[in-house]
Amino acid sequence: MNPLPKLDAIWVYLAATPLLGLTLTLVAYLIAINVYTRFRFNPLANPVLIAVAIVVLALKVSDTPYKTYFEGAQFVHFLLGPATVALALPLYRQWPKLKRTALPLVGGLVAGSLAAIGSAVGIAALFGASRQTLASIAPKSATTPIAMAVADRIGGIPSLTAVLVISTGVFGAVTARGILRMLRVEELEVRGFAIGVAAHGIGTARAFQVSEEMGAFAGLGMGLNGVFTAFVVPVLPPVLLRWL
Amino acid sequence: MLRSLATLLVFQCLGESVSYEFALPVPGPVIGMLLLFAFVMMRPPTADALEPTALELLRHLSLLFVPAGVGIMVSAQTVRGEAFAVIASLVVSTTIGIAVTALVTRALLRRQRRRLAAAEVDA
Repeated sequence: MNPLPKLDAIWVYLAATPLLGLTLTLVAYLIAINVYTRFRFNPLANPVLIAVAIVVLALKVSDTPYKTYFEGAQFVHFLLGPATVALALPLYRQWPKLKRTALPLVGGLVAGSLAAIGSAVGIAALFGASRQTLASIAPKSATTPIAMAVADRIGGIPSLTAVLVISTGVFGAVTARGILRMLRVEELEVRGFAIGVAAHGIGTARAFQVSEEMGAFAGLGMGLNGVFTAFVVPVLPPVLLRWL
Repeated sequence: MLRSLATLLVFQCLGESVSYEFALPVPGPVIGMLLLFAFVMMRPPTADALEPTALELLRHLSLLFVPAGVGIMVSAQTVRGEAFAVIASLVVSTTIGIAVTALVTRALLRRQRRRLAAAEVDA
């Protein structure tokens, strides 16, 4: 007797419930964390990247559409909201230090955020990207919901912006240590803040894996850059775009 | 833990309401974070109660990005003909963003420290 048709039927049955998407997400993440730990938390073994690769592979092999997967995965996705609210606590713990360093942090935020936005739009324009693509690129260092809303407002494509935001986050989380080492930046608070400003939540996740202090500063960088981007980008790119 | 999770959700709801009511470009959870921050500043004991759950959530922040990350891989074709421009822009600008933020923040921090030290010497 061939056991495969039976297995197939079980798969079809399970895939119809949210159970499979949720289980797949958690198992893929645990495998990714295992790999990450084995590589002694080397940023190149980024757990988001590895877990995503495992899930994508599983969906491809089983020919499961993303929509079916997300019915289960949405429960994990939903927790991003409460997790963002939870950033208030490390922020509260680091408050005495944050307060003292408020001005340098704001200065770094404005310089870093403008440099990232300007270089992103400038380079893409140089290589002939369309206006719509430029508008989708401009807010990419902000956290996803802010970036998507901003892109929509200035004539970009929100779904393209989502792709760019996540890619930026993964790229930043993977390369930040190397970049900061090359620049000989050793202060934990500066490192965390820079990762948060340039690589939002995925960078912040990486920072929390290094230390709670670094995570708090990364969370602050992410929040501040989100607010900064929300108010500045709708004004800035039209000006930039006119000159390009 | 349940109580902490409920608290986080309540503040998220408050944040969503504020964001909706005033049509702010900042999403609800970010405003919820600011409201919760203001709340624990006024009532520090709540911070101790909330902290274990909050930190547990943040320790696994990577996990929460997996569903969105999968969705992005699936819809990555959107870039099509402009792939090179987009990838070059992303790589260079993210590197510049990290470097400029870190260098400017550090330079300003050092200046601040020097000034504080100078002020102490004067006094």
